[in-house]
Amino acid sequence: MSHTLYDLIGLAAGVAFILALKGLSHPKTARRGNLIGAFGASLATLVVFFHTNEDSSLPLNNLGWILGAIAIGLVIGVPAARKVQMTQMPQLVALFNGVGGGAAALVAIVEYLNLGDKATTAEVIFTVFTVIVGCVSFSGSIITFMKLQELMTTRPVIFPAGRFIIAATLVSVLGVGGWVVNSLGTTPLLILAGLSLLFGILFVLPVGGADVPIVISLLNAFTGLTVAASGYVLDSTLLIIAGTLVGASGTILTRLMAEAMGRSLFGTLFGAFTAKPQDAAAAGEERPVRSGSPDDVAILLNYARRVVIVPGFGLAVAQAQHTVRELADLMISKGIDVAYGIHPVAGRMPGHMNVLLAEANVPYDQLAEMDEVNPTFGQTDVAIVIGANDVVNPAAQTTPGCPIYGMPILEVNHAANIIFLKRSMRPGFAGIENELLYDPKTMLLFGDAKASLTKVVSALKAL
Amino acid sequence: MEPMAIVSIFVLAVFVGFEVVSKVSSTLHTPLMSGANAIHGVILVGAIIVADHSTTNLELGLSVTAIILATINMVGGFVVTDRMLEMFKGNKK
Repeated sequence: MSHTLYDLIGLAAGVAFILALKGLSHPKTARRGNLIGAFGASLATLVVFFHTNEDSSLPLNNLGWILGAIAIGLVIGVPAARKVQMTQMPQLVALFNGVGGGAAALVAIVEYLNLGDKATTAEVIFTVFTVIVGCVSFSGSIITFMKLQELMTTRPVIFPAGRFIIAATLVSVLGVGGWVVNSLGTTPLLILAGLSLLFGILFVLPVGGADVPIVISLLNAFTGLTVAASGYVLDSTLLIIAGTLVGASGTILTRLMAEAMGRSLFGTLFGAFTAKPQDAAAAGEERPVRSGSPDDVAILLNYARRVVIVPGFGLAVAQAQHTVRELADLMISKGIDVAYGIHPVAGRMPGHMNVLLAEANVPYDQLAEMDEVNPTFGQTDVAIVIGANDVVNPAAQTTPGCPIYGMPILEVNHAANIIFLKRSMRPGFAGIENELLYDPKTMLLFGDAKASLTKVVSALKAL
Repeated sequence: MEPMAIVSIFVLAVFVGFEVVSKVSSTLHTPLMSGANAIHGVILVGAIIVADHSTTNLELGLSVTAIILATINMVGGFVVTDRMLEMFKGNKK
């Protein structure tokens, strides 16, 4: 295949990626956008097999290895993507992003070994950049995966002198990077990769649970930039375009997400450097709460005129989407005004809850966004909070200095009655106590959300 | 490639990237992130190119690993994004 044709097809793939991002930004065109992106990526991958340049001939060297590796990737990636529970989707995205960053770092390392002394200074600088950022993205994403999968604590991990260790690691990373540029050795490059992996871990550890989605989005943008930088080293316009697009759009998306969550992007990113060890919260303090039975809840609902359901991650964990829809349908048939109040970051990521409820066929017009539903809580008789905690915690408005302070919340505290369906008194993902649980107008219904809701449904039917 | 040509491509791509996602509702943040994530899986192309260049076992081993990881990123990313968006579709009616 001629060089011009190859470049033209690469350009077409670049255009496909732009159309993909554009499509993904609007609900009506989102799915088509994603398919256009997949088409562009497949096209780009396919033509590389037919491309010859001055130093290689067709078929590609190591063709068997290449095809075998792609087959292995398909066997791992496709079932993982198809079988994952929608509740666990955020961590899968984090993992996919991490392996992409790892791949970019490996590509840069191989090309560096291959070029040897022939590498220009600019190529070495871009290689160093790719290795650093790719490794940070890889190890950082693995930590976010572990936090979301709850393989480790979701609270910020802060150790004594942590910020000095992190700063020292960053300085060493940059120092070794300079060493690589000067000496062109293989050993310094491997040390650089090791230190960058360590920095990625240290960088993400102090991030609190609620900020994890922002970090995933940021690491996603990072991986985009590494792809662009490796495109420079490999002299591939397509990689430069695709990587830069993802880097730029990922940066904007990270900012939008931080805004939706009321978080300062700067504070999230540099939390690692500024975090101080926190005193362990006054733990073990026993305070009275009012817990009720499913019958109590059913009676309360039966005499309500307006009910707002606030679903959280706990609803998804219990797979209670369908039961909650059954309850909503029953209440509507009794003439009760029902709405779902959806916090922008309900679940584990912005928009995650919409995905989960859509899966249970909840009608779209019953889903109310935060700004719509907040002014109505004053006229709401009952707010049912199912497996959510942080997104309704008034501490976000009243307690400066608490980790979620400033995050917009669903103001269920203005409703006449509040029902919390919870498994236990354990605090939410951000790891902070919710005063609302001790409010006299709050009733707690303990147990698995699905089992509890099923009992409420049958109690309500009997009334 | 000419350094100036590369800088031009880079700067223009940055602006296109900013423009296309500047207004997007929070409902679509997750699918958009996931879709963008899949797009950078195109590093697979780079991984195939370096596998073709590989001459030593070390280089080949590293590039084969890169191909596996990149394929997971690209194909898994598009499939999971499609699954998410498929669920939105039924509700629009």
